[in-house]
Amino acid sequence: MIELKGIRKQFGDHVVFDDIDLTLERGEIIVIVGPSGTGKSTLLRCINFLETPDAGHLTVGDLSLDATRATHEQILALRRRTAFVFQNYALFANKTALQNIAEGMIVVDGMPKAKAYARGREILERIGLADKADAYPASLSGGQQQRVGIGRAMAANADVILFDEPTSALDPQWVEEVLGLMKQLAAEHQTMIVVTHEMQFAREVADRVVFMDQGRIIEQAPPAELFSQPRDERTQQFLRKILAANAV
Amino acid sequence: MHALDFDYMLGLVPILLGYLPLTLEMAAAGMACALVLACLLAVIRVTRIPGLNAVALLFISFFRGTPLLVQLFLFYYGLPQVLTFLVAINGITATILGLTLHFSAYMAESIRAAIVGIDRSQTEAALSIGMTRAQLMRRIVLPQATRIATPTLMNYFIDMIKSTSLAFTLGVTELMGATQKEAAGSFLYFEAFLVVAVIYWIVVEALSWVQKWLEQRLNRAYQR
Repeated sequence: MIELKGIRKQFGDHVVFDDIDLTLERGEIIVIVGPSGTGKSTLLRCINFLETPDAGHLTVGDLSLDATRATHEQILALRRRTAFVFQNYALFANKTALQNIAEGMIVVDGMPKAKAYARGREILERIGLADKADAYPASLSGGQQQRVGIGRAMAANADVILFDEPTSALDPQWVEEVLGLMKQLAAEHQTMIVVTHEMQFAREVADRVVFMDQGRIIEQAPPAELFSQPRDERTQQFLRKILAANAV
Repeated sequence: MHALDFDYMLGLVPILLGYLPLTLEMAAAGMACALVLACLLAVIRVTRIPGLNAVALLFISFFRGTPLLVQLFLFYYGLPQVLTFLVAINGITATILGLTLHFSAYMAESIRAAIVGIDRSQTEAALSIGMTRAQLMRRIVLPQATRIATPTLMNYFIDMIKSTSLAFTLGVTELMGATQKEAAGSFLYFEAFLVVAVIYWIVVEALSWVQKWLEQRLNRAYQR
């Protein structure tokens, strides 16, 4: 189970969000939508402590911590429980696809190399890139790179995978293969929080869609409900805009 | 004007080549020590470790800001007067020490630039999977920074090889010192220094080939 309580983040005087609460059950898939600049990505980054929250309480699995008093060990433990998929893939340029996936298992989990590579190959198989084990990121397409990025997150064996606009930087022809892989993970009941503008994905895959605007969670509901009967004026407006844009 | 004494020059080559190993050894030792020190300084500068950062800045400022020859004289002739236990320091050690400190100051800055040049998202990715800062540096950042910094570092190495010639001012009979002695005996200064110039030149050219090969090797992972 994952629980965020009273999470606050500010940059200087600018408060990105204040007092965010969010709870996920194991195996649940949450999609966060909302206008740009409302703090969706920042919230995701706070869960992984890529940004340090200025207040609040985080619980992931058996780990519980107070954001303002988190120790170095707690932060490392939290990160191991919350894998992250980046918008721009962020693969290690000096490592092959297989090494990118195995790196965390070897360095962080202290797994023997042979075992980590064996697991890495299994993951490559699952993400459909078994033949690219020895390819470096520079020689992979955007879609392949992002699949490796997801593979690296899968290797962490985390309680939750956080996806930060995983298809936004992709050329249109690669979007489907990445979404396809995410759907595959969803079918395996991988707990995930996805920030995306792909409304079709949200509709198909999410257990719950969370609408954020100006640093607040305005409403959350199963996709069928949120998309057909949004309660709040701001949600309605946002959906009208984005669905009109997608329809074109 | 007299014609060049080719026989003398040819005879000089094997004699001088006998001193090349010492020149190369001093450069290699200086480079190895300078690399370690430069990496240390660069990491201190990048991570801005309080206190140490100020020391690193002062160090870099001093060793970049003063001539190598002055530094060598300071270590060899000056320091033993103050720190009497250094009386035993010989010219070779003093040269290696001087080359190390002098060049590490320059190299630290190019390594720092290479580290800073690595895309920040890779740092975040490494942290996101639970790596410590030290693991991130060792496994992700430094290997890539090495590649970026290699051309510049090789240039410093070449410069260092040539700078070992200053050791003769500390009484070390290396390539330059030997040439000086030979020339003083024969009075054929032009011939002698021409020969030694060509020897330095060939060594540096050979290194440029190594550099090319090394860069190609390091670039393999980044080819599209």
